[in-house]
Amino acid sequence: MLNVEILREDFPILKRAVQEGSLLAYLDSTATSQKPLAVIDAMNEYYRRSNSNIHRGVHTLAEEATALYEAARDRITKFINAVSAREIIYTRNTTESINLVAYSWGRSHLKSGDVVILTEMEHHSNLVPWQMLQSELGIRLEFIPVTEEGLLDLDAYRILLERKPKLVSFTHMSNVLGTINPVAEVATLAHSVGAMVLVDGAQSVPHLPVDVQALDVDFYAFSAHKMCGPTGIGILYGKEEWLVAMPPFLGGGDMIKEVHLHSFKANSLPHKWEAGTPAIAEAVGFGAAVDYLSKIGMEEIQTHEHAMTEYALDRLVEIPGVKVLGPTAEKKGGVVAFTVNGIHPHDVAQILDRDGIAIRAGHHCAQPLHEKFGIPASSRASFYFYNTAEEVDRLVAGIYKVKELFG
Amino acid sequence: MDDLYREVIIEHYKNPSFKGKLNPHDYSFSDSNPLCGDHIQVELRVDERGIVSEAMFDGHGCAISQASADLLMESIVGKPLDEVKQLSKQDVLELLGIDLGPVRLKCALLPLKVLKAGIYGLGEASDDLVE
Ligand SMILES: Cc1ncc(COP(=O)(O)O)c(C=O)c1O
Repeated sequence: MLNVEILREDFPILKRAVQEGSLLAYLDSTATSQKPLAVIDAMNEYYRRSNSNIHRGVHTLAEEATALYEAARDRITKFINAVSAREIIYTRNTTESINLVAYSWGRSHLKSGDVVILTEMEHHSNLVPWQMLQSELGIRLEFIPVTEEGLLDLDAYRILLERKPKLVSFTHMSNVLGTINPVAEVATLAHSVGAMVLVDGAQSVPHLPVDVQALDVDFYAFSAHKMCGPTGIGILYGKEEWLVAMPPFLGGGDMIKEVHLHSFKANSLPHKWEAGTPAIAEAVGFGAAVDYLSKIGMEEIQTHEHAMTEYALDRLVEIPGVKVLGPTAEKKGGVVAFTVNGIHPHDVAQILDRDGIAIRAGHHCAQPLHEKFGIPASSRASFYFYNTAEEVDRLVAGIYKVKELFG
Repeated sequence: MDDLYREVIIEHYKNPSFKGKLNPHDYSFSDSNPLCGDHIQVELRVDERGIVSEAMFDGHGCAISQASADLLMESIVGKPLDEVKQLSKQDVLELLGIDLGPVRLKCALLPLKVLKAGIYGLGEASDDLVE
């Protein structure tokens, strides 16, 4: 059992009053998580003590900064159980990681008529890069349907596989429905027809134990800012043999071994993929975030969030006119998207904000999924290890207040 | 209790007087707020003197955008088109009678953007129209 009250002490922001007299109830960690002191302090300390550019100096600060930057990579490697740190590429975020694969692997391996399979529950960041290749190269996009319950239709997927896709790219956990997809099963089926597998792990790495070797995926993308780390840094995990073979993405300093006027030789992994001065302090903060989460334990985090989700679902379905999207708590993570009959999600979120309750309203960068369910937008409450049942109670009371206001 | 959700706004949201379609019409335009997918369509009839004789909006959105649309339609009926072209952000805020942060301002201004893009015959309702 997590001691949530003690953990909350690590987050100065959670003590903040947002509106007069009401403490922040932060139920929007799916958008970005809050940051513990351990992370804030690590970045602060880096700038106060070790700030320098990396990989290019021999002075003490450059050595320290480089060591810190690479030590963070080692911790992230262990955190998702990659084979080696050469497979861990720093990017800006999940979106850039997916774009890197589309740009480099996609452009060198796909041609007109090739099939790429996505799903109907993808975030825009795993839709638009492929749509861009659709216009540019003429690839064909197919989508695994989402069932009424909010699960991937695996029978339909098996039929789609007969089209011999080159790639299957899908989310581990939906940022709207909360659905946790059977990654290993989808990946095995994809590999059986020779397709590559890319997984959007933006919502999974922060909330559940992830082992990329056990899942046996080719690429896996995630962002630091959703897992207690800073904004501006994310990861692309890729199996070494692909990262070696793929043509570079961005060109410039650091990603080269040699440069001549008319040619260059790309650096070895992982540096081949990291052109220019990277987000060094952010890497340090990311390393601290991974340490922090590891200390709490990903299983414990998952268990706590499951309890929160179960409780929230039980309480929300009691409210007349409230409809929750997605499957039951057993099949999802701590994301609860809902609609309130006759009241726009923006209005729900705005009125809740008056009591310090922060939820998200809109299509959450998953417009096609909302279209599928025939709604323009939804309200979304999401949970992390620092959320409490009392915050769920405040959410529920707030929704009753919204309903009253709109009569 | 709540400034932003003054009774008049809730009332215009729940019982709009100018919601629907005009067929035939002289001007029609629609666009969305990319932030939330809210969608507004505006249709106008203009008489031979260049005066707006009828105005209707349709679509879906939050209380702020819907009330803003209803109040805006109400305010332009009977006005010369040239005058409607000059409407600004300030005019909309005065109609609503509330202060708004940057995010909700987009909701409030969507109807005016759509209206002006329609009158000017533009391809898209851009933010410059409501500066
Ligand atoms: C499922 C999913 N994929 C991708 C993203 C994009 O993450 P980022 O904005 O950090 O690139 C998000 C976050 O919004 C997400 O929830």
